[in-house]
Amino acid sequence: MSAALLILIPLLPALAALVLFVIRAETLARLLNIGTSAAMLAASLALALSPAPRRAGFLAADGLSLFFLLLSAFIGATSSLFSDGYLALERRAGRLSARGRRLYHAMFQGLMASLALALLADGTGMMWFGIELGTLSAVLIVGLYRTPAALEAAWKYFILGSVGIALALFGTILLYLAAASVVGEGSAAMRWDVLLAHARAFDPGLMDLAFVFLFLGYGTKAALVPLHAWLADAHAEGPTPVSAVLSGLLLNVAFYAIIRFKGIFNANPAALAPQPIMIGLGLLSLLFAALMLYRRRDLKRFFAYSSIEHMGLLAFGFGLGGAAANFAALWHLLMHGLTKSALFFLTGRLAQLRGSQKIADLGGLTATHPRLGVPLAIGMLAIAGLPPFGLFASEFLLISATLRTATAWLALPLVLGLLLAAGALLLRLGALAFPTSAAVPAPAQRGGARETSWRTVGPALLHLALVLWAGLAMPGRLAAWLDVLAHGIG
Amino acid sequence: MAFALDLDRLLAGGLLLMSFLLLYQDRLGSLIDLFAFQALLLALAVSWQAHLQDAPHLLIAASLALIVKSLIIPGALRRIIARLGIRNEIETALSVPQSLLLGLALTALALITTARLTPAAAALAREDVAFALAVVLLGLLIMVGRRNAIAQVVGFMSLENGLVLAASGARGMPLVVEISTALAVLISLIVTGVFIFRIRERFDTVDVAALEPHQGERG
Repeated sequence: MSAALLILIPLLPALAALVLFVIRAETLARLLNIGTSAAMLAASLALALSPAPRRAGFLAADGLSLFFLLLSAFIGATSSLFSDGYLALERRAGRLSARGRRLYHAMFQGLMASLALALLADGTGMMWFGIELGTLSAVLIVGLYRTPAALEAAWKYFILGSVGIALALFGTILLYLAAASVVGEGSAAMRWDVLLAHARAFDPGLMDLAFVFLFLGYGTKAALVPLHAWLADAHAEGPTPVSAVLSGLLLNVAFYAIIRFKGIFNANPAALAPQPIMIGLGLLSLLFAALMLYRRRDLKRFFAYSSIEHMGLLAFGFGLGGAAANFAALWHLLMHGLTKSALFFLTGRLAQLRGSQKIADLGGLTATHPRLGVPLAIGMLAIAGLPPFGLFASEFLLISATLRTATAWLALPLVLGLLLAAGALLLRLGALAFPTSAAVPAPAQRGGARETSWRTVGPALLHLALVLWAGLAMPGRLAAWLDVLAHGIG
Repeated sequence: MAFALDLDRLLAGGLLLMSFLLLYQDRLGSLIDLFAFQALLLALAVSWQAHLQDAPHLLIAASLALIVKSLIIPGALRRIIARLGIRNEIETALSVPQSLLLGLALTALALITTARLTPAAAALAREDVAFALAVVLLGLLIMVGRRNAIAQVVGFMSLENGLVLAASGARGMPLVVEISTALAVLISLIVTGVFIFRIRERFDTVDVAALEPHQGERG
C-alpha cells in the first residue's frame, strides 16, 4: 500500500503534466489541473497515515519528508484552485495565449511532480534530480509572459539556478566518495539513513569540500544572501500563482535539502561544523532583507524580500540546532509557507483589479476592495510576526531558544532584524490599507469581472484562518509531531 | 597499472587545458570548437574509466558526451549563430592576462584543497577530484567573464564537463547520476535554445547587457 502511494505521488502530477501539455480543451484542462492537485494531497495524506516502513526502490518517506510533502501538497492544491480563477481572467484580458495557458498548466504539474520526487527520494542523487527538474519547470513559468522583464528574470533565475544545482551535484559526488570508502560502493552510499549512521567515520577533508559545494548549491536555491539575486525578479515578473509556489514550496524544498545535509555533517565531529556558517548567513539574510524592505516600491518584490528575511530566520534556527530551535524553525517554516502564499494570492488578484503592482498605486485597499484588502492587511500583520498569529509563536520560541544557548548575544541581531522587518511591513501596511491624499483609488480597470469569487479569496482565507488557529490554539498533536521531528534533526 | 593512471591523468589534464583555452577565447566560433573538443576528451576519459573500473554502464555516459555534447550541441549553437547573424566577437569583462592569472589561481586552489585529503580516499579518485574541481571553477570563471549569452552557456557546459569527469571517477556511483547529468545538459540546451531565440526576437542581440535596462527595480 505505502509502496504504491510512494510511486503514485510523483507519478500522478508527472502524467498530468504530459496530458496537460497536449490537450487543447480548456475546461477539461482546468478540471484536470485542480483534480490532480487534490488527488496528490489525498495521496500524501494517505501515505502519512500508512504504516511505518514506507519504502519503494529509490523512494522512501520518513517523518521529515512527510512534513514537507504534506505542506507542499496542501499549498499546491490551494494554488491550483487560486490559479484557476486568476488564469481565466488573464486569458480574458488577453495577456495569456492558449499556448501559454497549456505551458503554465503542464509546468505547474511538472513542478509539483519534481518537488514530490525530491522530497520522497531516498538519497542524495535522486533528490538532486528532483530539485533540478523543479528548477527547470519554474524557469519556464517565470518567463511565461514573454515581456522583456519576465525574460530577464527567467534568464537570471536559469543561470544562477543552474550554477547552484551544478555546484550541489559536485558536492553530492564528493559526499558519495567520502561515504563509498566507508560503507562500500553502490547506491547504499547515497541513502539518507546509511549516510547518517556512518557519517562519523567519513574522511573529514572530503566532507569539508562536499559541505562547501552542497551549501553553496542548495543555499542558492534557498535564496540566502549573498546568493539571493534571482529571487526578487522571479517573484515579481512571473504569474502570481507561481510567486506563491516559489515562496511556499521551492524555497522550503531547498531547506529540506539543507536540513538533511546538516544532520549528516553534524554527525562528524572532525569535519567543518555547519552551525557558524548557517547562523552567519541566516543573520546576514535577515538583516539585509529587512533593510531592503524599506526601499521596495513593488508589492510583489516587497513580499519577495520578506521571503528572503524569513529564509534567513530559518537558516538561523536550523543552524542553531537543538530540539527547541529546530522546533521553532519547523513551526516557522509551516506558518511562513501558509501566510506568504496567501499574501501572494491576494496581491495577484489586487494587481489584476488595479492594473498595477506598485505599492503607490495600491493605496486605500480596505476602502475600495474590502474583501481583498482586509485579508491582505491581516496577512501582513501575521507575516510581521504580531500576535495572535502562528508566526509570533515561532519567532518568540526562536528568541527564547537563542537566549538559552551559550551564545545568547545572538538574540540581539535576531531581534533587531525582526523589529526592522516588522517596522517596514507596518509602514507599508498603513500605505496600502488606508487611502492617502496622493493616491486616489482608481476604479477597477482590468479583469472586469466581479471583485472576488470564492476561488480567488477562498484559498487565502483558508491559509490565514489556519495560521490564526495555529497561533491561538497551538494544536497539541501537531506540536507533538513537530517536536519528534525537531529531536531527529539534531 | 602505471600506464592506466598516466592515461587517465593525461585525459583529465587535457580537459583542464581546454578549459584554459576556453577562458581567453574571444571568438564564438572557436569557443564552440574548443568546447566540442573538450567534450570529445571527456568522452575518452569516461570510456577509459569504464575500462579501468570494468563498469560498462559508464560507456553510456561516454557516448552521451560524445554524441550530445561534442556533436549535437555545438552543431545547434553554430546554426543558431548563423541563422541569427550573431557577431563572432565576444565582449569579455576580463583581459587575457587577467583571466589566465585568475584561472591559474583557481587551479592552484583546487590542487591545494584536494592535496589536503587523506589518501584513504582512493588515489585515483583524488587525482580526478583535483582535475574536476579545477575544471568546475574555470567553468564558473568563464561564465562570470562573459557578457554574451551563448558564451555563458558554453561556460556552463564546460563546468558540467567537470561534473561528469568527477562522477565517472567515483567508483560504483549509481547510474542515476550519469543519466541525470546527461538529461540536465539536454534539457538545459532546450531551455537555453528557447531563451536565446526569445532574447534575439526582442532585442536584436544576444548580449545580455541589452536586457539590463528592463530589470525594473534594481536588486
